[in-house]
Amino acid sequence: MDQAAGRIPVAAAPVGRPSRARRTGGALLLSPAVILLLVWSLVPLAMTLWYSVRRYNLVDPTQVGFAGLGNYWYLLTDPDFLTALLNTAILVGGVLVITVGLGTLLAVLFDQSFPGRGIARVLVISPFFVMPTVSALLWKNLMLHPIYGVYSAMMRAVGLTPVDWLSRYPLATLVMIVSWEWLPFAILILLTAIQSLDAEQKEAARMDGAGPLAQFRYIILPHLSRAITVVIMIETIFLLAVFAEISVTTAGGPGVASTNLAFLIYSRALLQFDVGGASAGGVVAIVIANIVAAFLLRAVARNLEA
Amino acid sequence: MATVELRDIRKTYSDEEIIKGVSLTIHDREFVVFVGPSGCGKSTLLRMIAGLEEITAGELLIDGVRANEKGPAERGLAMVFQSYALYPHMNVYRNMEFSLRLAGMPEAERRQRIADVARILQLEPYLDHKPGQLSGGQRQRVAIGRAIVRNPKVFLFDEPLSNLDAALRGQMRVELATLHRRLGATTIYVTHDQVEAMTMADRIVVLRRGVVEQIGTPLDLYHRPRNLFVAQFMGSPAMNVLPAHIVSVTDRTATVTTGPLTVTVPVHAGSLQPGAAVTLGVRPEHIGLDMAGAPQGLVEISERLGAATLLHVRLSDGRQIVVQTGGDNMNAPDSAVGVTPDPAHCHLFDADGVALDHLAAHPLQVGS
Amino acid sequence: MTRKRARLRRIAIGGAAWAVALWVFFPILWMVLTGFKTEPDAISTPPHLIFHPTLSSYREVFARETYWHFALNSVAISVLASIAAILLSIPAAYAMAFLPGRRTRGTLLWMLSTRMLPPVGVLVPIYLLARGMGLLDSRTGLVVIYTLTNLPIMVWMLYTFFREVPIPILEAGRMDGATRWQEITQVLLPLALPGIASTGLLSMILCWNEAFWSLNLTSSAAAPLPTFIASFSSPEGLFFAKLSAASTLAVAPILVFGWLSQKQLVRGLTFGAVK
Repeated sequence: MDQAAGRIPVAAAPVGRPSRARRTGGALLLSPAVILLLVWSLVPLAMTLWYSVRRYNLVDPTQVGFAGLGNYWYLLTDPDFLTALLNTAILVGGVLVITVGLGTLLAVLFDQSFPGRGIARVLVISPFFVMPTVSALLWKNLMLHPIYGVYSAMMRAVGLTPVDWLSRYPLATLVMIVSWEWLPFAILILLTAIQSLDAEQKEAARMDGAGPLAQFRYIILPHLSRAITVVIMIETIFLLAVFAEISVTTAGGPGVASTNLAFLIYSRALLQFDVGGASAGGVVAIVIANIVAAFLLRAVARNLEA
Repeated sequence: MATVELRDIRKTYSDEEIIKGVSLTIHDREFVVFVGPSGCGKSTLLRMIAGLEEITAGELLIDGVRANEKGPAERGLAMVFQSYALYPHMNVYRNMEFSLRLAGMPEAERRQRIADVARILQLEPYLDHKPGQLSGGQRQRVAIGRAIVRNPKVFLFDEPLSNLDAALRGQMRVELATLHRRLGATTIYVTHDQVEAMTMADRIVVLRRGVVEQIGTPLDLYHRPRNLFVAQFMGSPAMNVLPAHIVSVTDRTATVTTGPLTVTVPVHAGSLQPGAAVTLGVRPEHIGLDMAGAPQGLVEISERLGAATLLHVRLSDGRQIVVQTGGDNMNAPDSAVGVTPDPAHCHLFDADGVALDHLAAHPLQVGS
Repeated sequence: MTRKRARLRRIAIGGAAWAVALWVFFPILWMVLTGFKTEPDAISTPPHLIFHPTLSSYREVFARETYWHFALNSVAISVLASIAAILLSIPAAYAMAFLPGRRTRGTLLWMLSTRMLPPVGVLVPIYLLARGMGLLDSRTGLVVIYTLTNLPIMVWMLYTFFREVPIPILEAGRMDGATRWQEITQVLLPLALPGIASTGLLSMILCWNEAFWSLNLTSSAAAPLPTFIASFSSPEGLFFAKLSAASTLAVAPILVFGWLSQKQLVRGLTFGAVK
């Protein structure tokens, strides 16, 4: 936008609530999106709730009728379910910690000037554009394959015995792969946020005697808080739904060692054809997502205020 | 012919009344300035006239016809925004053409009109430029051109000069005044700058917290402010105000004393009795220096403006006043001086801040 | 002395940053290189850094694996879903940004909350609905789902872009006699074009890479590239060169697209959290 627009004192343009007629027009413009999303969110939800109290198996026509809370009981007492819940938490939490923590440090690093910064930045954000099935296979076969993988070759080169990462440490390896996918996103957003920091603020802090660490702690980090909120929210949306990476690499195994909630429900529904049980899982997943969303949306709402 | 009439106009935002009943008639060809401190409601009032804000209560008449329900474009007004609000994706020609094109004016006529306006505003070399390539002053002229080209009944200006630097502001002030004389269009102009108000207005409307404090010609407001607020808001440097009390009263004067000063002001004291607390107001340019008599204060700072010198004098009772003297005044800080307010130019305000009736008519004062 | 230290510091920073960049990018680079190897070269241990580049794997992918079929599905689905989402979100974002009411903020947050519903939660009904309507393994089915899942993010992103448009410019349009339609099409949209472009771009990327619905609802006829690549997870994936060539082909278009437009993209992705 042009320069003059940037200098408008806010108080001088009192923008009140639009008139009633204009607001009615606004509701009209809003309605297509709202109605579609309403249908999209309510119809499947209602169906999930309905199926979750039914006995329903796609390949077993003898299973019919009302199941009450049986599906839930069966699910909640299933040790696989608890494992999947824990795995989901570890996956989301682990990736968030790694990407936000490392992302912040790397954003500060890439904010410095050094030769070839533009190219280095393009390289570091590239994994964000790689589709999950490709990155999963890439890591599973080309990088971590116990015989042919590059990492195994590197380990042999320094005299170590290669490890079959995906069967020995399936969940940790998945956390690593998914972090690789999402680290670029965190760097991209946080770097932009750092670059928007007023240079005079940093200079004033230096005049006040703040060293690099103090600057990071008292100037950069508070400035980043809003951007970090956004990163956490967007990543959580996608991390709760991680599916392809598991499906392509470990298929949830060995056993259920790397099964998260999404994969558990998928295997109930489309591998065991247990619609009732899968729907009960779906309801649980929705409840969990709502709890997480309630916290996240409160943080986002604060962002919207400003 | 274009008149605008406001009848008890009110604006309420979520239970808070922003404009508390404004009534005003703006005559054909008149240049009226709304002035007041920020938050006084002047911009809101203008936007209600423009049709950008709903009028909560009251009536707006344009050329005698109720316009409350009309959309902004149907009112036949044109507005120049503080930020200019030029369309950044259109060049200067397209910016001016937009409203004409929407109104369905034939191409040839549009071309002719824009050419005329561009000539008046010296914008011919820039017709192909985008707003981003223009200087602040040029953008300002495009915004004015976009308003003129529609040949509106009334021009509305919302702090149009506040984004310009001081020198350009002075120049644009003259250009706007010239343009108004040339086009003779009814104009409503909003500003927080009392210098702009004084220099351009036929009549000034002073607003504070949604209420009209005074309406009058610039010199009316300068010489006969109706209350303390207007007195202090208009004029630069600002009027000195000193708490005082009445010593004696005749039917044509009131004598007051404040610190070392005693002044007999030609006003109607009304019901005020000796001993009553009042406020004495006197502008810096209406105080003389008396080097002969007993000194009444010490010069603390002297601000040399070249043409004039402003002496900040600490009176013996500790209060500070500003005295405007000639540019060649030699008083240095710490020199003792006597000060003599010109009684004919002194103002008295009662405890509520309302001015007491002045009896000395001012020669330049018109109408009222 | 200090100048020497400053230079050392610069070298250290540059070295560290480049090491990180190369480490993060290495898997992609290796994938591209492996695509140009012969199969025996690709699985040789230790890996060959120097090899005779060959296009044989690419030829095979094009010839046998009907790459074009899947790529065409990806393009069609991504483009259509993005256009639909943009067309739906422009009026919604306009209303929220310029005609805010008491419930605007609540509506926006509610929209976001629908995006937070995990797809697995509704996998069963969507699968059954799609089956019932004959939309399993159909492009239409994926277009509808992608449009709806991306809509909240698109609305939010456009809303933050629209809020950067100075309101007086739209008011000037109204003073100039523009109707609502003219105000949107002739004043707002040209002004917000960069924002709309980056919103569409993000939608393209999300659609192109989406791998939950595409894996669960398509198998062959309407399958986009993520499904195509997933088929390599079977033992066939041990043909490293072919896998790499296919993956490179699947990723390349959107990767180049992303490189060229990263500045645009990131502006929208911060969702107004960065001024």
